Amino acid sequence: MMDFGFKISPSSAINLDNADLSLYDELCKAEPDICKCMACGSCSAACPANRFSGMSVRKLIIDLQRGKKKEAVKMLSDCMLCGKCTMVCPRGINTRHLILSICKLYKED
Amino acid sequence: MIGMIFILSYCLIGLVRIILQLPKEDRKRFFMSLVNPKTMAKNIRDIFCDCLFHVKLWKRNKLLGYMHSSIAFGWFMLIVIGHIEVLLYTPHRAKLFYFPIFFRYFVAETESTMRGAFFFFLMDFFLLMVLSGIFLAMFKRLQSRLFGMRRTTNPSFLDLVGLYSLWAIFPLRLLAEGFTADISGGSFLTKSLNYVLNSFLSDHTNMLPAWWAYSCALGVFFIVLPFTRYMHIPTEILLIPLRNAGIKIRNARKGFAKAEVYSCPSCGLCIDACPMGVMKTHIKDTTVYLNRQIRRNNERRIEEISDKCLLCGKCSAICPVGVEGDKLRIAQRSLRKYSVNPDYADISSDALSVHAEGKVLYYAGCMTALTPVIRKSMESILKKAGIAYELMDRDGGICCGRPMMMAGRFDQAREMIERNTRIIKDSGATTLLLTCPICYRIFKEKYHLDGIEIIHHTEYIDRLVRSGSLKISRDDRKYVYHDPCELGRGCGIYEQPREVLSCAGELVEAAKNRKESICCGGSLGSLTLGFDKRKAMTENALANLTVAAPDVIVTACPLCRSTFNRYADLPVEDIAETIDKKCV
Repeated sequence: MMDFGFKISPSSAINLDNADLSLYDELCKAEPDICKCMACGSCSAACPANRFSGMSVRKLIIDLQRGKKKEAVKMLSDCMLCGKCTMVCPRGINTRHLILSICKLYKED
Repeated sequence: MIGMIFILSYCLIGLVRIILQLPKEDRKRFFMSLVNPKTMAKNIRDIFCDCLFHVKLWKRNKLLGYMHSSIAFGWFMLIVIGHIEVLLYTPHRAKLFYFPIFFRYFVAETESTMRGAFFFFLMDFFLLMVLSGIFLAMFKRLQSRLFGMRRTTNPSFLDLVGLYSLWAIFPLRLLAEGFTADISGGSFLTKSLNYVLNSFLSDHTNMLPAWWAYSCALGVFFIVLPFTRYMHIPTEILLIPLRNAGIKIRNARKGFAKAEVYSCPSCGLCIDACPMGVMKTHIKDTTVYLNRQIRRNNERRIEEISDKCLLCGKCSAICPVGVEGDKLRIAQRSLRKYSVNPDYADISSDALSVHAEGKVLYYAGCMTALTPVIRKSMESILKKAGIAYELMDRDGGICCGRPMMMAGRFDQAREMIERNTRIIKDSGATTLLLTCPICYRIFKEKYHLDGIEIIHHTEYIDRLVRSGSLKISRDDRKYVYHDPCELGRGCGIYEQPREVLSCAGELVEAAKNRKESICCGGSLGSLTLGFDKRKAMTENALANLTVAAPDVIVTACPLCRSTFNRYADLPVEDIAETIDKKCV
């Protein structure tokens, strides 16, 4: 192939048909509030851990919905459970309990 | 007789099991404290004050106190005097421990000397005392409000059996002794009853069913005792020396925690105290019911109850026996297994390090970051007082660890504590200033900063005012101070903020204050209660604060401030804001 000095970046598309969402469905049963999230990002803005690690509950939920378990678990490992995200959530999601439930359901690998 | 042997062996086995369940160093500590004369004296005093005289209940409500101490102390004296009588009259029988209980049945002796009459009088006097207590107890079932209790516990079936047999023991004893008073002697109560009974029942064989009924009631009570709330009577005697030895809960179900659970008398004082109690649906989530479910090993309910609690600690503060509802719940939470465990090792220290040689290091904490007005006011106060300070977490920092601790994940909390300790020690600061009581509590309890003073801003402002570095102008506004749970009950700071506020204006008190202040409802302690479900609690706490018609509600916790601010009609301020506005 000819070298143009640049190339097409790999696709970041996620095929939801291939994603394994069984754990997410289980999580939805335990935490029905997760469906209320409108990804406003208040939680990420309030998060004190965000500065060191990019911890963001909004991103976490989106990752889980897309079946990206590995990224989600990695992000969770920086959560300090301080609960600021719960306090600012305009939808009243108990994100702190949500995080604990995720910690129970998902596994580190 | 059977009841007595059963209960004694049950208590003995329970005692040995609890002591064996204690960790080794705690066990050693416990036995050492038993031979230490100072704690020994304290143990004896506490056992007398709490188990017999119920001093704490007297302080709460006179009727409630009388009811308990009359039954407990009266019964104790009946046993003591009964034994003295036996020793005096039939010393050779004193070894049979059932003998004094049924003394009047066995001994047919009329004693007309002064000494005999005196003992008989005492026996009757204490019997009357117990009877009056029993009568009050019956009355309390119908009208608990008169005893200062709006709500009481729903008794379980066995509790009712225990209760009714306890109620039956003493009237039956009176009846039985009344029948035999002319044979074995009696005093004002039993003798006069004997005359009444003799007037229509002159046959002495009538006394047999009465004595039988008395001994049956006694037997039933002692046999059901281990399975009812009355187990608190023997357990409390164990709990007091354990507590005085300085032992803490280490295992959620064993050792000290078990002693606390079985010491719960199911009195239900915590139901009225619980801030969640304003909503009827939460009544069954109070500490009484937690203890009951732990006894029954109902895992689903234990999890539900321990996760819902706000951990304000009020139930522990008012508990007459000293059951620590908040610590018990944290211990239950620590049993949970998580497959994802946070790890903070990869957070780089470079971004977090501060230099504050010889200065005051101010750790605002994440909650103050959400209420920046407190940080601004505190910095302004420090500047006005001419204090050299440095902010530790201007752009956010590592959490103090208290929320993680409250979720029962001790290892993660410890990791945060270590990180923070290193940052603080490396900074070279002499004082660590905190504006958040949640942080303050864990810094006081779990951090070892060798020599660096840990101080809450209420204490610090009080010190600045006293030393004259801060001049506050007075006005005639009325301030009410809300005691944050973690600062008041958690760390015992009640006076300093009040001192400061009384310099700024007129200080009025809430209906329930200090140790009994009502949680704002915003606590991070609860894992399952969403913030949308806490409005009723906050409104209840606000109603309690505004009874004396204050102009401003002042608190010393960023979390209380933001929670109250949502629903209050009055301005809500942190103490730093109030003082910053008033000082020149």
